[in-house]
Amino acid sequence: MSLRTPLARVRGLGSAKEGVAHWWAQRVTAVALVPLTLWFVISLLFMTHADHETLQAWIAQPIVTTLLVAFLFSLFYHAILGMQVVIEDYVHQEGTKFVSLLVMKFLLILLGGSAIIAVLRIAFGG
Amino acid sequence: MAEFKLPANSRVVRGKTYYSSGTAKNLKNFQIYRWDPDSGENPRVDTYQVDVGNCGPMVLDALIKIKNEIDPTLTFRRSCREGICGSCAMNIAGTNTLACIKATEEIQGDVRIYPLPHMPVIKDLVPDLTHFFAQYASIKPWLMAQTPPPPDRERLQSKEDRAQLDGLYECILCACCSTSCPSYWWNSDRYLGPAVLLQAYRWIADSRDEFTGERLDDLEDPFRLYRCHTIMNCAKTCPKSLNPGKAIAEIKKLMIERR
Repeated sequence: MSLRTPLARVRGLGSAKEGVAHWWAQRVTAVALVPLTLWFVISLLFMTHADHETLQAWIAQPIVTTLLVAFLFSLFYHAILGMQVVIEDYVHQEGTKFVSLLVMKFLLILLGGSAIIAVLRIAFGG
Repeated sequence: MAEFKLPANSRVVRGKTYYSSGTAKNLKNFQIYRWDPDSGENPRVDTYQVDVGNCGPMVLDALIKIKNEIDPTLTFRRSCREGICGSCAMNIAGTNTLACIKATEEIQGDVRIYPLPHMPVIKDLVPDLTHFFAQYASIKPWLMAQTPPPPDRERLQSKEDRAQLDGLYECILCACCSTSCPSYWWNSDRYLGPAVLLQAYRWIADSRDEFTGERLDDLEDPFRLYRCHTIMNCAKTCPKSLNPGKAIAEIKKLMIERR
């Protein structure tokens, strides 16, 4: 049993003085993803019968490359921010929380990074 | 991890049924959560048949009737019986509300009454609100100003500035909203919850307060403020029809504004 006062427990280690940037980045990426996702899905629907070369040529167009990179960046950044919130909400054991946050971020950065590099390789004719 | 299942000693079992002995025609069943810390037994749900034809209109009237006439061991908090003290906050028919302003007539079928969700129970319908009120104390719920008040009068406020407090000052701290919030259930150790954040905004929005920045500093935290995921159970359940979710959104807007 803890003999600390209820107020001491509430105050804890004090305010972290952060969280605004995280919250704002989550909103901004969400807003960015609305047009980007629409564009991506509609573009793919138009190319359901396209062959490999057509698709590569499409990706290599400068505007498409830029939009694809923006889409992938927003998507994975948004996913990292969202998953962080979910883990912080539900994982309460400090050690498990720390490890799962790290693993989640590594995985999503690897996935997002390789997706963006794949697009860039097609764009720059790797 | 989050608690999705109650621990073995908290599982609720079926309790006793108290049948009406009289010739009452208008009977309604009240299923009430009971737990006695001294018995060492699991919590149970007792059923009381109440003659609502011979009882006041509100759920609190029925609870008082049960305590007076059927089972004096039934324990609950109550005081003002008119929705201003916040003592009789409990979970009635699945929604947190005040027993004194919830009409029995509005409830279809049996009336199920539980204590406020996810709070430690002291006995029966009495939750332990120590942590909740410590959180309230932590936001310094009083006017803070460096400028001394005018010697001959009170601190003045324009009508427009006063209007900023409407929808905030009416909060009676019954804890219905905070205990309806899943985010508060999982993280109340660090998340302040809707009631306390609405109260925090009440002082941030007060034109006479001079410590707005410090107040925002104290709230700027991934857990204290940003565990609010706009689930909006708070606004749905508030027996005073306030909107804590909106107050929290206003705090978040100020956090962006001052960057």
